[in-house]
Amino acid sequence: MPTLLQTVSESILAPGGLSIDDLEPLVGELSVGDVDFADLFFERAEAETYSLEDGEVKDASYHRDAGVGVRACAGEKQGFAYSSEITAARIREARDVAIAIQDGRGPRGGVNLDQVSTPKLYIAKNPIPEKVATDKIAFLLEIDAKARARSASVSQVQATLSISYREILIAATDGTLGADIRPLVRLSVSVLAEKNGRRERGSSGLGGRYDLQRLLTDAHADQLVAEAVDQAVVNLDAVDCPAGEMPVVLASGWPGVLLHEAVGHGLEGDFNRKGSSFYAGKIGQQVASKGVTVVDDGTLVDRRGSLNIDDEGHASQRNVLIEDGTLVGYMQDKLNARLMDVAATGNGRRESYAHLPMPRMTNTFMEPGDATQEDMIESVDRGIFAVNFGGGQVDITSGQFVFAASEAYLIEQGKVTAPVKGATLIGHGPHVMSAISMIGDDLALDSGIGICGKNGQSVPVGVGQPSLKIDRLTVGGTA
Amino acid sequence: MKFNPQQEKNRLEELTLRILERSKRIGADGCEVGASASVGLDVQARLGAPEKLEMTRDQSLSVTVFVGESRGSATTTDLSDAALESTLQAALAIARVTAPDPAAVLASKDQIIRDVPNLELDHPWDISAKDALELAIEVEACGRQADTRITNSEGGSVSSTRGLSVHGTTEGLLVSQPTSVHGLSCVLLAEDGESRERSYAYTQARRPDQLLSPEAVGKEAAEKTVARLNPRKCQTAEVPVLFVPETAAGLISSFVSAISGGSLYRQSSYLLDRLGTQVFPKWVTLKETPLIPGAMGSSAYDGDGLATRSQAFVTDGILSSYVLSLYSANRLGLQTTHNAGGVRNLFFQGQRDLHALIAQMGRGLIVTELMGQGVNLVNGDYSRGASGFWVENGEIAYPVHEVTVASNLDRMLKDDLIAVGSDLDLRRSIATGSMLFEKMMVAGS
Repeated sequence: MPTLLQTVSESILAPGGLSIDDLEPLVGELSVGDVDFADLFFERAEAETYSLEDGEVKDASYHRDAGVGVRACAGEKQGFAYSSEITAARIREARDVAIAIQDGRGPRGGVNLDQVSTPKLYIAKNPIPEKVATDKIAFLLEIDAKARARSASVSQVQATLSISYREILIAATDGTLGADIRPLVRLSVSVLAEKNGRRERGSSGLGGRYDLQRLLTDAHADQLVAEAVDQAVVNLDAVDCPAGEMPVVLASGWPGVLLHEAVGHGLEGDFNRKGSSFYAGKIGQQVASKGVTVVDDGTLVDRRGSLNIDDEGHASQRNVLIEDGTLVGYMQDKLNARLMDVAATGNGRRESYAHLPMPRMTNTFMEPGDATQEDMIESVDRGIFAVNFGGGQVDITSGQFVFAASEAYLIEQGKVTAPVKGATLIGHGPHVMSAISMIGDDLALDSGIGICGKNGQSVPVGVGQPSLKIDRLTVGGTA
Repeated sequence: MKFNPQQEKNRLEELTLRILERSKRIGADGCEVGASASVGLDVQARLGAPEKLEMTRDQSLSVTVFVGESRGSATTTDLSDAALESTLQAALAIARVTAPDPAAVLASKDQIIRDVPNLELDHPWDISAKDALELAIEVEACGRQADTRITNSEGGSVSSTRGLSVHGTTEGLLVSQPTSVHGLSCVLLAEDGESRERSYAYTQARRPDQLLSPEAVGKEAAEKTVARLNPRKCQTAEVPVLFVPETAAGLISSFVSAISGGSLYRQSSYLLDRLGTQVFPKWVTLKETPLIPGAMGSSAYDGDGLATRSQAFVTDGILSSYVLSLYSANRLGLQTTHNAGGVRNLFFQGQRDLHALIAQMGRGLIVTELMGQGVNLVNGDYSRGASGFWVENGEIAYPVHEVTVASNLDRMLKDDLIAVGSDLDLRRSIATGSMLFEKMMVAGS
């Protein structure tokens, strides 16, 4: 059996007349002048999408992309160019651009590449050819039927199956030689329910780094349909959401998008090296309530945000960011780790070969406590119980962040009462983290649908948390 | 940065024609190809030193193949013969299994644009990487020198991109348009006691000589950043709200989405069945002008290959036209409005400047920045994070942060819109002046 490195290098390099033996001299040519670090990032990607609408799959598409990114770093400077043709000539053209940013002259000697070991957190398999197109379409049609059967108020069903496959190969002047095979599948459902002229949407999704056999099951179809339809139906009766500061109880799982915005981005190494994050220089200080422990972990088996190795060839790892309320660590890529004189943490990620890597999150979640969701709700006189969320956004300098509830309920005198319309919640990261007064025993990770955007680059991520009670959060309702 | 539009046109047109021809021989009943190529320079400097030098060179080709009334699509960035053949085969394989969609048709010979006018959308910027880095250093320096409270920076940057796209179909369409976009931007951080804020400024244009000067961009970034220092939360209350052009444009974009074919045939718009009814106050007319030479949103033809035209969507406050492509028009049983790909150069402008609108508002919130998505097009519900300034007695009193603004888009645009300013933001294809609303719920402390 060929090794993963052999498989990937054959697939990516051979079509352009290159082999694994050509990498050492090509990377060596980047080690010139005052270049501290340089790398070649090769990638071959395929993706397939099927969309159901009006009870039929009328639309499907296939996408293929391959290329190489060439980067040279000198001090804080980065030179970068890329090509969608993977040949020695194109790599040398890109190299000339990449090394133009540094000032020194002359070669500095060769590079000895040493293969990094690749853990096996997910299967090394392309899920696209796993099933024939008609089976994929049949599965989506089944979702349509199940959704319409679940409630007579369902008027529209949209379902999308996205299957992606990526091979990457990294060779760097620090000797790194790494390869990875990354499958990623996702199923999402969106329904429109209609009653007495009122229309509301509900949506759901799930996925991860695994194959179609595991994704396309009856149980998953039932789960997604139930979540999307029930959410839409609940929202048909939603009343205006109150406005102002009040206690908020967050359900477990996807509401962990709170941590992604309130904590995660602010702890990315680049913002802290540059001093532009609210958390810069705060290592060792208390930034959240006692009992709050937040972790970014790229090593969870089969998860959407997991990576065997990051996009710089560094093994992903479990990084504790906040421990019992105290800030203990940042997330780093190689450039920022070198400039801050700390170790890289396996968080160097890039959208593709045509983008520069940056410190990014993988799966970010909070460790569980011992409270129950019932206790939290009972303790609130008037507030909000938020079950599901759309996306969020943060201003890492001021610490201000938002996240938008898509399914939420009023809490009145310790009881969950009427559903309320979707509303944006706004707060200040460290203030909100310090207003956490109860941490649930029910840690759950999200179902595998997260996409994180930063500087125009999107990468798949995971979030998670136990149920939480936040004593004071500003709720953007209209009532 | 070398880019030869004529050479790219010849290369991509030749590829397009070859694929259209090949599609017929492998059994397709129709085929559509979009091919594009671009090159760009992107540099950044921070704290007076070069930080990033990036050359971009992108190309891609998308193909949609029709078999009977079914279709399949595929895209590739590899334009080698082998890759193109397998991309075409992948699209054909999909078209053989998808359900028929009678609404999906190619524009016929008599519908497609005949002569493509030159809208002067491509202008080279003869700037070396070294000079671009110098300019990035300059824009940042102008910002950092403007105020002592500017203590840090995320840098100045300069970008320049030129590209060309070709669109062809088996119905005889073969058109191309070269475009360029150049820009200069600056992101600064300010500090005062415990307060830390960031803001930015940018200029963007198709012609390099239409960019604002580095002094103007740096100074604007500094002023915007410093103005945000020491913000407060305002009280939760229903008050008048003024959106500046940068935030107001999003309201018009949401309105355009709600009257676009895709939202309508999916029954996912709060403006369903509202053609011919009032959607804005009587004094509002919204018109697109797609053929302005050199403008950011200009294009001679739409995504279906039909000639674009000046037309109104809102006339005297009445919704007079939807925004439709051939496909969405077929789905709705209507005629296309030549808007595949959206509206182009939709400007909404009034007579009075921002100062006059602030005086008119008297007391309320100016929204200079919005956070999060928070717009539900299905029912028009609107709730977003905001920061800006509190206005008292017609004058700015203090900066505001960590609040939300909420209402309903239909009510805002139809009932609560009081005035639009003269301060048009022409960096965008959908551009508005400031917009003043009678009331929104502001949630703060």
